[in-house]
Amino acid sequence: MRKPFVVLTAALVAVSACAPGSGGDKPKTPAPGAASTDVAKAGPVTLTVWDQEVLGGQNEQMQRLNAAFHAKYPNVTIKRVSRSFSDLEKTLRLALSGSNPPDVVEANQGYGIMAALVKAGALMPLDPYEQAYGFRKRFPAGLTQLNSVSAGGKAIGSGSLYGVAMTGEAVGIYYDTDRLAKLGLKPPATWAEFEQDLATAKSRGETPIYLADLEKFPAIHTFGVLLGQTTGKDRLRDLVFGRGGAWTDPPVVQAAQKLADWARKGYFPTGVNAAKYNDSPAPFAKGEGVFLIGGPWFAADLQKKLGDKVRFILPPPAQAGGASAATLGGPGLPLAITARSKHPGVAAAYLDFMTSPQAMDVVTQTGGLAALPPPSAQPASAVGRDLSAAWKTASAKDILVPYLDYSTTTFLDTLGGVLQEIIAGRKTPQQGMQDAQRDYAAFLAKR
Amino acid sequence: MKPPDTRTRPAADRTRHRPAGAPPPGEPRRVAYLYVLPALLVYAAFLLWPLLHGAYLSLFRWDGLTVGTWAGLGNYTQAFSDPHLRGTFGHAAVLVFFYAVLPCCIAFLLVAVMSRSRPRGLTLFRTVLFLPQVVAMVAVAVAWQWIYSEHGPINGTLRLLGLGGLARGWLGDFTWALPSVGLIGTWAEIGLAMVLFLAGVQKIPRELYEAARVDGAGAVREFFAVTLPGLRRELSVALTLTIIAALRNFDLIYLTTGGGPGDATRVPAYEVYNRTFNTGEVGLACAIGIIIAVVVFAVTAGVGRLVEGRP
Repeated sequence: MRKPFVVLTAALVAVSACAPGSGGDKPKTPAPGAASTDVAKAGPVTLTVWDQEVLGGQNEQMQRLNAAFHAKYPNVTIKRVSRSFSDLEKTLRLALSGSNPPDVVEANQGYGIMAALVKAGALMPLDPYEQAYGFRKRFPAGLTQLNSVSAGGKAIGSGSLYGVAMTGEAVGIYYDTDRLAKLGLKPPATWAEFEQDLATAKSRGETPIYLADLEKFPAIHTFGVLLGQTTGKDRLRDLVFGRGGAWTDPPVVQAAQKLADWARKGYFPTGVNAAKYNDSPAPFAKGEGVFLIGGPWFAADLQKKLGDKVRFILPPPAQAGGASAATLGGPGLPLAITARSKHPGVAAAYLDFMTSPQAMDVVTQTGGLAALPPPSAQPASAVGRDLSAAWKTASAKDILVPYLDYSTTTFLDTLGGVLQEIIAGRKTPQQGMQDAQRDYAAFLAKR
Repeated sequence: MKPPDTRTRPAADRTRHRPAGAPPPGEPRRVAYLYVLPALLVYAAFLLWPLLHGAYLSLFRWDGLTVGTWAGLGNYTQAFSDPHLRGTFGHAAVLVFFYAVLPCCIAFLLVAVMSRSRPRGLTLFRTVLFLPQVVAMVAVAVAWQWIYSEHGPINGTLRLLGLGGLARGWLGDFTWALPSVGLIGTWAEIGLAMVLFLAGVQKIPRELYEAARVDGAGAVREFFAVTLPGLRRELSVALTLTIIAALRNFDLIYLTTGGGPGDATRVPAYEVYNRTFNTGEVGLACAIGIIIAVVVFAVTAGVGRLVEGRP
């Protein structure tokens, strides 16, 4: 038995003896002039689209839009592959390095997915289609930056545009009108009022903020809101995009200190690090926590449980009516064109259609937070209208800062872990931010 | 004390009658490989090939997309020098205690009790204790997440007993998260160890117990003199299976804590997944995978040697 085994081993090693990842043909990007935008003349085309719009009204939204696109261009058939977010993002690498990749994919922003795919030449820049569709002009700068990657996938936040999003996300504060009224509180108009509300809630024996942080990333949202108060949006964007600054800068540590103070004062529920984030709407609806910090993803569940009693505001500014504070958020998952797509022109027309005013109406009607103002549709619920107004403010004032975990490929774990330790009181804010900075510096050094 | 191995005897008898010089019947005949071939092909395609390919990938720095660069043993040195990764192996060692040592001890206790007296409803006990092995890990994880949660039954009981100060979110506590996950493993593996031991105990001749009792051995003495030596093979199997379960533990960690809080419950198998899919360090992930495989091989061989006394 031993001899054939050795032979087999040798054979297998011989077959595999070439560097992994080699052997793929390098795709070409069409020159600006050569980019075809005449979809009707493309002949019968099957466009394969991978999306993760499976929750709530998202599925209906995609079905309606795909059908509308097919009605507009009967020669184009959309082959839709939909998976959950994590399934999609985890299979993208394999799918896009395979020989028969989909034409359009939803590729998450950041170094882990989008920048890595750009580096591998798997995504096509939208530059050749800028003239025809004006993707850049359509969105505010803060939103296109996040979907931009510099040449070779070195940095996010600048360079060519690679994707466009149909929806928007902004982290803000949810509250229950009844609960506030019972405590004799008004929705906070300034940050100081908000902190006062928290103190009042605590003194009445309530948990001021519901937070579930088992998964590590949720506290990043809370920390981001705090950073929005201590650090200007430009400085924060520079930090996340690796353009300057450090996580040990005084305003950053100050925000971490505030998080530690809140935890120490018991502003979060006990067992905050052990509670599951996705379950948050249930305990909050039952009355645990006066405020809930989060994004539009909670709205549907909260609305179902609390009806029009649940409302949403952006983190309040320092002065009433003053300049809006920065907060985390940005475009939803962007649609991007794969570099090896056989029909890039059709794919570009699809992207154009999916971010058209008509599409924004459909997104709004199916309960999504449309990335661009819908021309006629209005959200049905109070919280939906709040979100829509908040998104309008956030876009107009350009206050959105990317999710902090986009900073490095490992930052979600590093920063998320650090915040868990700060909340548990195991690390001082200074120590924690030093840990985060170490990861950040190491990543920038090898970038 | 080892029962005589009856399987080898007929073959030995046969060789004695065979004419001198002639090859043993059924011995090296090339056609034998043909019988093995179908299974070997499947085994090679789905196990050997991925294993070798993984070992090969572990020698590169590769993000899974672009062309990889040769790293030699760099990934292996990183796996041992990076304090975060080194920590994961420490956590795995803790889990070995909870997955293998503790369940085997508890199973011995149960078996010792059952071997002295046959309690009523033995089959029911056996079934109930074995049940965790049958339930899907996802269901186990979700159930235990609830049990350990802030408002779960453990904290409820503690508060009822006036020990509310000890109540905590167990899976989110830096000190208690790893033992908490470990105890889920203990709960799941007890059944396996116990069923193996029960089967073994039934093979131990009753006379040995009688002889021990005649010699005046108590329950403890009887256990160490008769039961434990008689169960060496079963112990070896149980330890091997449970240690492997501990070392390759991914699902339970992924589902209950995701490696948190902080790094408190990170284990090597979780890092294999994390480095491959989240951070794009496929080479490093493969290196960790190979290290796990080597450790599993070493432990399996070691257990066989120490417990069974095999050469």
